[in-house]
Amino acid sequence: MADLATRTLPLGGFHGGSATVRLTPAAPASRLSLRAKPDAVAALSAALGLSLPTRPKASATSGTRHALWLGPDEWLVIDETNTDLLGLVGSAGALHSATDISHRNTAVLVDGPGASATINAGCPQDLSLKTFPVGACSRTVFGKAEIVLYRTGETAFRVECWRSFAPYVSGLLAAGAQDAGH
Amino acid sequence: MLLIHCPYCEEERSELEFRAAGDAHIARPENIAAISDEEFEEYFFLRDNPKGLIFERWRHIAGCGRFFNAARDTVSDRFLKTYKAGEPKPSLPIAAMTDETVVETYEATEGRAE
Repeated sequence: MADLATRTLPLGGFHGGSATVRLTPAAPASRLSLRAKPDAVAALSAALGLSLPTRPKASATSGTRHALWLGPDEWLVIDETNTDLLGLVGSAGALHSATDISHRNTAVLVDGPGASATINAGCPQDLSLKTFPVGACSRTVFGKAEIVLYRTGETAFRVECWRSFAPYVSGLLAAGAQDAGH
Repeated sequence: MLLIHCPYCEEERSELEFRAAGDAHIARPENIAAISDEEFEEYFFLRDNPKGLIFERWRHIAGCGRFFNAARDTVSDRFLKTYKAGEPKPSLPIAAMTDETVVETYEATEGRAE
């Protein structure tokens, strides 16, 4: 009998960084692209066990689960364990649209004092703690790729991108990390 | 780089996150099958291309993804006001249009063929 197929991750084996910043591929996670009108937010929040943020750039975290505000009726839900998010929101009993994008996205973790300088190599957002505090998130651009940026700590970011853009995003991050190292 | 205020994100973001989406406040005919070819051309293709104040649709495509409307000055490229889709055209004071540094390019010599 043939060996079972082994899963190859989009950024398998990637590592990078410089003296001031470390780049690591994030572990596989469950992800959900969730869209809903305001009247469904309460029921979906209860089903997900966190309160979906309704303010721009805001996020909510509960354990390993994060809900990131992307637009007035749009969220990116990430669970770092292998949870069936689709099943959870499906049981909410509220009108919504949910798409499982666990395998569409991948993420690079950017950590260290040079993290914001590394991301600003390709991202035009103001990443000072005043305008982009810990917990802030935003869909934005990184070079020519669209990313979702999520600040997990004062010097730590999660950069979510589409898996087909992963080589480009990780390569540009590595170049930015070199620049941030000086 | 232009900074554009997104009315949904409630802050100024770089123009790199936005995409222009043509003129705003173009009313679609109530019964599009009933209008003549000339009326369809007028509605679908013909735009004014004014010098000065223009109302445009913009989309924060690499951000919240929303369409919104903007009043912009085509001479100075300055955004005078942005507002949510569906809101009425704002009335702008004439003073907003007087730009102290209007840079004329080709128009000063246009037509003289010197």
